[in-house]
Amino acid sequence: MTPAVEIVDVARRFGSVQALSGIDLAVEPGEFFGLLGPNGAGKTTLISILAGLTRADRGTARVLGNDVVADYRMARRMLGVVPQELVFDPFFTARETLRIQAGYFGIRDNDDWIDEILHHLDLTSRADANMRALSGGMKRRVLVGQALVHKPPVIVLDEPTAGVDVELRQSLWAFIRKLNRDGHTIILTTHYLEEAEALCSRIAMLKAGRIVALDTTQNLLSSFAGLTVRLTAPMLPEAWRSRVQRQEGETYLLSLADYAELETLLAALRGEGTAISELSLQEADLEQVFLRIMKRAA
Amino acid sequence: MNMAPVLGSGWLTLLYKELLRFWKVSFQTILAPVLTALLYLLIFSHVLEAHVSVFDGRVRYSSFLIPGLVMMSVLQNAFANSSSSLIQSKITGNLIFVLLPPLSPLEIFGAYVLGAVIRGMVVGVGVLLVTLWFAPLSLAHPIWALAFALLGSAILGTLGVIAGIVADKFDQLAAFQNFLIMPLTFLSGVFYSIHTLPPFWQALSRFNPFFYMIDGFRYGFFGLSDVAPAASLAFVAACCLGLGALALWMLKSGYKLRH
Ligand SMILES: Nc1ncnc2c1ncn2[C@@H]1O[C@H](COP(=O)(O)OP(=O)(O)OP(=O)(O)O)[C@@H](O)[C@H]1O
Ligand SMILES: [Mg+2]
Repeated sequence: MTPAVEIVDVARRFGSVQALSGIDLAVEPGEFFGLLGPNGAGKTTLISILAGLTRADRGTARVLGNDVVADYRMARRMLGVVPQELVFDPFFTARETLRIQAGYFGIRDNDDWIDEILHHLDLTSRADANMRALSGGMKRRVLVGQALVHKPPVIVLDEPTAGVDVELRQSLWAFIRKLNRDGHTIILTTHYLEEAEALCSRIAMLKAGRIVALDTTQNLLSSFAGLTVRLTAPMLPEAWRSRVQRQEGETYLLSLADYAELETLLAALRGEGTAISELSLQEADLEQVFLRIMKRAA
Repeated sequence: MNMAPVLGSGWLTLLYKELLRFWKVSFQTILAPVLTALLYLLIFSHVLEAHVSVFDGRVRYSSFLIPGLVMMSVLQNAFANSSSSLIQSKITGNLIFVLLPPLSPLEIFGAYVLGAVIRGMVVGVGVLLVTLWFAPLSLAHPIWALAFALLGSAILGTLGVIAGIVADKFDQLAAFQNFLIMPLTFLSGVFYSIHTLPPFWQALSRFNPFFYMIDGFRYGFFGLSDVAPAASLAFVAACCLGLGALALWMLKSGYKLRH
């Protein structure tokens, strides 16, 4: 099957900054894919190359088999991009903005779909207000809408929820999930890692222009499986001291491989007759995985 | 609902957006330049009517002045339209809305230039209608007048595209306007016939494309010109093609637009 997005050996340098150095990546049709990485990792640059906004120094990028340079018309028709920067045209209302955007793609008479977009983005009541009069979060939602006007099979969202309030974030994700169920491929960048964990089935982590991890969300979580134990006790057996990650008074933060190790730790404490006054457990989440991968890649 | 894209129709929407953009602020974009031209006419014709003789006295000075002012307004507004639209979109970042869709360089070029031509023509017609009250005017060869107005505004619309792409800031655009467009329009014979100039300046004027636009346009009204209109038309058309090729090359290479 033709990948929804196929990136082969893409590199790009800006002056002295190597923004991307040889990225290879394939996203399958129907995937909900996460592109994560710290500020300046190269996520937006990669998306810009895919969208034809930036040229790669070398390598190729395709959208559903269409080269973004040679077959730019088809590639762009297949792609909807929500840009990271909050941009808008102050001359128009939200509805005009969406209609004009559809028109650029050669689509007319799609008011039903535009109404549906406005509804799902909770913009119906503000549809005829000038863009200038919308709040930041509303402007961001219009940007999301603009990426969807031509019903692109591949949708790329570059931090779409920055500045959007909690409630609307939920409804935005419900909408994006519905699009994904309907067969749209979704590529998402976000700094809210719990969002990525909940939504994405596969994740690539970028650092300084390289992919440092690429796997299913499940595998990433379990490869860094382990528990974090938060434990308050007067003292810790000698053998366990080296496992302490952080200590605040009598409260120790330890990382354990699994529950079996927890048993051993509890037995050791009991053996020394140490009383535990507090104990709590935390499973690994994407944030911890992310931090460890970034540290390892440093 | 018809979601099937009409191939190649995207540029019409871009044109529509360009027209809407100036129409929504027509007070500034149409009315203001018409008023400016009217002021020029009143002041210059009042001061110079008795002193300047054009085409050996066969045409009254204020009548002579009108086509010049009309063309000057057409040219300046065509330039203003495409250049300010592009630089605004670049600076605010919303040019991305035009760069993301499957619009070809030619389509983008066509939409911006045609938008500029229409703005120029609308202002030109406005200036003509208003100034007609103040001096008699014949229209000997309307097709020639139309041809020069269309080509002239297309050239300035194209220059506007080029300036809008090259400039990074509004003041760079203003420099383009003040140091290139304004001198070339003022030194092109809007206010005088170049035969009244000393030989050196006469010779220099012949390198100014704006001179041919205005001289040719004036021929459309009086049937009189400093240069044979066909020669002017050929020169102006060549400029149009040359600049068009340059603008298209810029759009195609992504110069300053696609990083
Ligand atoms: N147009 C440009 N000119 C110069 N440098 C650039 C340009 N665009 C990006 N860079 C540099 O390339 C690197 C990658 O930037 P990019 O915007 O792709 O990062 P990112 O992963 O999207 O970061 P963030 O999470 O902050 O959005 C950064 O060092 C940035 O400064
Ligand atoms: Mg970014």
